Amino acid sequence: MTFDPFLIAILIGLGLIYAVLIKGKWRGWFLLAASVIAIYWLQTATAVRFGDYILQTVTVVLTVLTWWVTRPSSHKEGKAVWPSLTREDWLTLAVVFGLVVALAFNRFVDADYRLTPARPPSPLWVAGILLALGLVWAGLTRLLRRADQRKVLTAVILLIVLLFIILKSPPLTTAASAYWRSLTGQQVALGSPSDLVWLGFSYVAFRLISTLRDRQTGILPDLTLREYVVYVLFFPAYVSGPIDRAERFVEDFRELPQLKGLDANRWLYGGQRIFAGMLKKFVIADSLALGMSLTAENAAQTQSADWLWVLLYGYALRLFFDFSGYTDIAIGIGVLFGIRLPENFRRPYLSTNITAFWQRWHITLSDWARFYVFSPLSRSLLRRKPRPSKTLIIFLSQMSTMLVIGLWHGITWNFIIWGTWHGVALFAHKQWSDKTRRWYNDLSNHPWQKRSWTAVTWFLTFNYVALGWVWFLMPTPQLALETFGKLLGVIR
Amino acid sequence: MNQESPSTWRVIGRIILKAAVLFLALNLLFAWVRPLDTLGRLTLYNWFLPGRERLPYGENPAEANNLSLNNLPAMFASHRVSQPKAEDELRVFILGDSGMWGWFLENEDTLAGQLNEMGLVTEDGRTLTFYNLGYPIMSLSKDLLLLDVAMQYDPDLIIWPVTLESFPSQKQLDHPILQNNPERMRHLIETYDLQLDANDPRFIDPDFLENTIVGQRRPLADLLRLQQVGFAWSATGIDQAIPAEIPLRKSDFDEDVSWQTYDEPVTLTTDDLTFDVLGAGVQMAGDVPILIVNEPIFISDGANSDLRYNAWYPRWAYDQYRDLLTAEAAAQNWPLLDLWDAIPPDEFTDSPVHLTPTGPEMLAELLRPYLP
Repeated sequence: MTFDPFLIAILIGLGLIYAVLIKGKWRGWFLLAASVIAIYWLQTATAVRFGDYILQTVTVVLTVLTWWVTRPSSHKEGKAVWPSLTREDWLTLAVVFGLVVALAFNRFVDADYRLTPARPPSPLWVAGILLALGLVWAGLTRLLRRADQRKVLTAVILLIVLLFIILKSPPLTTAASAYWRSLTGQQVALGSPSDLVWLGFSYVAFRLISTLRDRQTGILPDLTLREYVVYVLFFPAYVSGPIDRAERFVEDFRELPQLKGLDANRWLYGGQRIFAGMLKKFVIADSLALGMSLTAENAAQTQSADWLWVLLYGYALRLFFDFSGYTDIAIGIGVLFGIRLPENFRRPYLSTNITAFWQRWHITLSDWARFYVFSPLSRSLLRRKPRPSKTLIIFLSQMSTMLVIGLWHGITWNFIIWGTWHGVALFAHKQWSDKTRRWYNDLSNHPWQKRSWTAVTWFLTFNYVALGWVWFLMPTPQLALETFGKLLGVIR
Repeated sequence: MNQESPSTWRVIGRIILKAAVLFLALNLLFAWVRPLDTLGRLTLYNWFLPGRERLPYGENPAEANNLSLNNLPAMFASHRVSQPKAEDELRVFILGDSGMWGWFLENEDTLAGQLNEMGLVTEDGRTLTFYNLGYPIMSLSKDLLLLDVAMQYDPDLIIWPVTLESFPSQKQLDHPILQNNPERMRHLIETYDLQLDANDPRFIDPDFLENTIVGQRRPLADLLRLQQVGFAWSATGIDQAIPAEIPLRKSDFDEDVSWQTYDEPVTLTTDDLTFDVLGAGVQMAGDVPILIVNEPIFISDGANSDLRYNAWYPRWAYDQYRDLLTAEAAAQNWPLLDLWDAIPPDEFTDSPVHLTPTGPEMLAELLRPYLP
């Protein structure tokens, strides 16, 4: 399920109940319960049996596990020791466990009234598996009691990355689906990547990795299990982001008891964002989606380069209005619940260079990549002996960052090329701007020239980004190359 | 969050109230003015987008870049027929059913496309331009409804292919395009004294509330979607999803002679078939010459083909229809060209009137001698 007007209306209604009826410390608990329930509700049905329920349960389990290993360690006798759970953590664990098991009772509910998209497995089975996992966990915790926390954190990062690779790589997803089907007695040969639609995992994975890395670098604030689970699973941002940072999120979360329920300013602002988002998504983007934007099918059928450009621009606009509309809705709903999610778009298509574009397009993802890929990698390269040239360091860091962003969308050649496309442009722009800085600064004395130059650079940037979407959109590099050929009039 | 905004619940209340009042007023105004026909004429086609080669029809807009709607002005505004007539142009309109519209045919392969391909020029130097005004519904009343709108586009000749399936009285109002244009249909019934019920319960007469923006949201959305799919249509030239493998019509039949409501052969009379609608079309054309063509049909030689020509027509009904059509045309002095068996069976695709690309080409050659 994605955000549709009906769902948005329900969430606004829920926001109203939250504002009027839920007071003080109960707000945090409300968000915890709402988030856990919402992720099952938002998930679409999967072709593999129990897939929708199990995938979201894995998300919950992984979130709790990651919180466990990211708790601050204290030091006893020179060894790192994790503190025991507080009463609130135990309570949170009980609530989460209770909700996950309770959701399995949808098995006995008529399909029209279920909170899960398909029939979940038996609650008894779910409870048994979760308790068994808890026991294994407790055993592991005992074993790892005095283990180096950095290594444990790295192991969990690798586990998440492995899951991510399986999910984003079509051959591996197909194999995983086939394996799943073999377990559930379904036809193995029908396994396909579309079987394992794991809603929200891309965003969850990056949130989890960010907290694991922040713990490694010592900048993660101390979070209770409740704060952590709500941060990772917060329902307005679960489907399409933005990817918030834990330290920022928790500031708002801890202010919830003091939040004025029916604050007119907050409701007006939230309402405006939701309205703007709905306009962008359901009016503009959905209009562009019907016949006015490029698809793999119409790219192959289009007879003239001119119309292909029109459709490509349509696709570029559609992508922006769709994604930024979703973000507006997520931010608006977040505001109704007292959480201010970060901005994700700042008029990206008005950028006059590719660096500015990436500071204004999917901001939270590019910030994430800058923080967790670019900066550590460039610092590490700077520390190397012999130290590579500054140009090489920038090149490697920018390429790696953009490759990660590309691969985040899917492990396919097209996304690798798309990431490279932008990595090369970022590197080229850096070199160009370094060499032309003085000339550019002098342009301020020549307003007309500056304006003309701005128009030219805007045109180049927009078209470079738009052409990059061809790699993003087409299912194979071959089709993308054919589309480029048509756009440039080389192929008819 | 804009914390400095002076907004209060009162401001929010005023915004909601103003929006509600505006929404209500616009809805009432819309229901009073009923501007759908006018809005239908506002189009991107024929100036920003090329005009369509055939009237919009399609159930899968995303795949076919086309959609079915009931707004006749919008349908014609999207068609290239609404372009201004050139001075040296001789306009020929081709009416008809899905066979003429070109089911499973590219635009250039339809009858209109094939005739245009011939590049015909009259002795006085005028270029014959053929316009495909077929529509995939079997109903003569639908042809009449479309002709009524088409007449404002100044035709010089009208070719009206017909087949028995379009004649039965009970089928005339079966389709939404007829049911959703009750005023136009009633006007036609009254003007031409047609033997159709002006109060037929299938007519959809929206009440005042149903005429509001909310009530008419689907027709309004259709107008917008017709413009949207125009972009992909312009880019690809595709206005129909043609499958790679086109299914073939049935050639072998059960021992069955039923047709429409008749289980056994009966003697058909002119009252059983809507010749009055055909006559109304001829009358509507006025001075504009009209050529009625009995459309080619698939003639099977499979099992029980001695009883039936094809899945639609038992021999007894079709033979009587031909006799009646010929007699009526002679009596009324209608120009009639009977091409019922002019196309070989191999040139039919999934229905008794749908043709392969070669079919319309052959048909065009057969029509050529009858053109100016």
